[in-house]
Amino acid sequence: MGKDLAYSVIAGLMIAAAAQAEVALHVGYLSVYEDLPPTLSNLDPEPDDIGIAGAMTGLEDNSTTGRFLGHSYTLTTAILEEGDDHLAAAAALLGETPFVIIDAPAGDLLAIADLPQAADALLFNAAADDVPLRDDACRVNILHTMPSVAMRTDALAQVFLKRRWDDLVMIAGTHPQDTAYADAMRRSLTKFGLELAAEKTWAFDADMRRAAAQEVPLFTQDFGDYDVMVIADELQDFGRYVLYNTWEPRPVAGSEGLTAVTWSPVIEQWGAAQLQSRFEDQHARDMTGQDYAAWAAMRSLGEAVTRTDAADVDTLRAYILSDAFELAGFKGRPLTYRDWNGQLRQPIALAHPRALVAQAPLEGFLHQTNELDTLGLDRPESNCEAFE
Amino acid sequence: MIRSAFALSCFMASPAVAGEIWVTNEKDDTVSVISTETLEVIQTYPTGERPRGITFSKDFSRVYICASDSDAVQVMDPNTGEILHDLPSGEDPEQFVLHPNDRHLYIANEDDAITTVVDTETRKVIAQIDVGVEPEGMAVSPDGAIAITTSETTNMAHWIDTETQELFANTLVDSRPRHAEFVAGGTQLWVSSEIGGTITVFDVADQSEIGKIGFEVQGVHPDRVQPVGFEFTADEKTAFVALGPSNHIAVVNAETLEVEDYILVGRRVWHMDFNGDKSQLFTTNGVSGDVTVIDVASRTAVKSIKVGRFPWGAAYRPTE
Repeated sequence: MGKDLAYSVIAGLMIAAAAQAEVALHVGYLSVYEDLPPTLSNLDPEPDDIGIAGAMTGLEDNSTTGRFLGHSYTLTTAILEEGDDHLAAAAALLGETPFVIIDAPAGDLLAIADLPQAADALLFNAAADDVPLRDDACRVNILHTMPSVAMRTDALAQVFLKRRWDDLVMIAGTHPQDTAYADAMRRSLTKFGLELAAEKTWAFDADMRRAAAQEVPLFTQDFGDYDVMVIADELQDFGRYVLYNTWEPRPVAGSEGLTAVTWSPVIEQWGAAQLQSRFEDQHARDMTGQDYAAWAAMRSLGEAVTRTDAADVDTLRAYILSDAFELAGFKGRPLTYRDWNGQLRQPIALAHPRALVAQAPLEGFLHQTNELDTLGLDRPESNCEAFE
Repeated sequence: MIRSAFALSCFMASPAVAGEIWVTNEKDDTVSVISTETLEVIQTYPTGERPRGITFSKDFSRVYICASDSDAVQVMDPNTGEILHDLPSGEDPEQFVLHPNDRHLYIANEDDAITTVVDTETRKVIAQIDVGVEPEGMAVSPDGAIAITTSETTNMAHWIDTETQELFANTLVDSRPRHAEFVAGGTQLWVSSEIGGTITVFDVADQSEIGKIGFEVQGVHPDRVQPVGFEFTADEKTAFVALGPSNHIAVVNAETLEVEDYILVGRRVWHMDFNGDKSQLFTTNGVSGDVTVIDVASRTAVKSIKVGRFPWGAAYRPTE
């Protein structure tokens, strides 16, 4: 472990109560450093405590409930810096507790899940949206509270279909995240009987803060007419400069404009205003999708402890994957886990920065067992075998 | 057509005491006052920010309104609509219940995981009780000995001894408990769970679970069938349960705990109250911004009344 490794223990609210607690759940939070390329705009610095803040709000929610039941909760966080050995840090954390919420790129997450120390652990993926993690690269010891990118692109495809915006074009960036998003979007459009009329790749290196007004109209002119322009720009690099600069006056959706997100400050229905204000009071900023995923992981564990009065992996995992489990996640429906790949079923918000536009699954998108399974890999589509 | 059908049912009902249904409009910062005779809005009064819970004093000379975003319970003169004063309420008061002593208000402070007890005469807070996350539903037993707070994220009914103002029991229910009522002379407690989609019935004597009511509305996904507010007929044999975004009211046999009927009302039906002789039921429909009037005997919706934006709570007062 590197010397920069921040390592801290945060006890729940009820330290005093912990002494007499009959059931104590200790949870780890591991954040692995990810080196991301620079973006054109400096407008949106990422909060330092992204993800962990959500876990801490979940910890407080759990602790408040736990004190009425003799249950106590604690959280240990390990925040890795550049150059830290994430496998050593994960092994150390797993030595303390088998319950670990992880913010790491897909490759690192899989390496952690495959550690011998993780064999009997229950890991929560609260950051990586990669489809393969829910498909043939799934692991029996990982549950996913972060929606897959396919759940988000399916949500947008439902909007396109419902609004009859069926003439679509796409501009995709060249980062792996952009490519993955573009792939997921193509797959979603096919799934819902739509297709892209044209695609272009964003390969400018000019500074678009100055050049957008000149470059974007020309760049988008040869698309001709269309209904919606899809942007695949998951690092939020160029997309913001496309809005209002397109040759045709058309809406933008995807990574920019109308976005499909895990969580957004504009969600206030379904009691969400309470979660938002609780989070804001505690962390002095808005709650992000990554915070929400970490909160949902912590609350899933809390809900399982509350209902089973146990704190061992086998009992909690079995309960979380059972029909009895339901998480009230401020999205208007009970959230449950897919027992074929460990993905948390959840509605997806379709939002712009000022308001919620819709929530997927949209009305009319039916499913034989659960409408939420119209989003992301459904049982027959997933090649995950680890859960069988 | 609807109007004449309604006139008939009104005619058939025993001559009701003239009265009013007061409805809080959460996103308009107003209350709408509906005449139970004409079924029209006869007054609209301004309130503090985000009015939700509403209840009258025993003699109906005062109306208490939770102005959630003003962090106050407002006391209004119902004859003039004048706000007389604010009561200290703790932060973000959402719902409350008036103790049978007509003095103590038990208030759920949604943002603070606290139940605040306020003396309406001295206007002082007499107790604050730590409860679970997002307290919402409030009830008090007919003898006044027990107050209940339900907490939406902790998923519990918290049982408060009103002598000591301390918790003496905490019972788990299904997800997002919203509303609680004592029935059967205070021997039963009913608690609705919005996300769980159930009502749990407790034996008050030992806080054990007697039964659970489930709901099934044809053509509506079970996830959207979300019980919230509910009220009982005068004989307590029948409960009317608001099912939120399923836009239906369930009619429940309170003895067998079976659902007997579903009545289509406005969108996102939330809370309700009866008129004086309980022949009519008025439901608040948040999304459609109206109140549905149900004829209790025939179990049919007879009229929609447009009110303000996001009607939330409803409370009856006689005017004769």
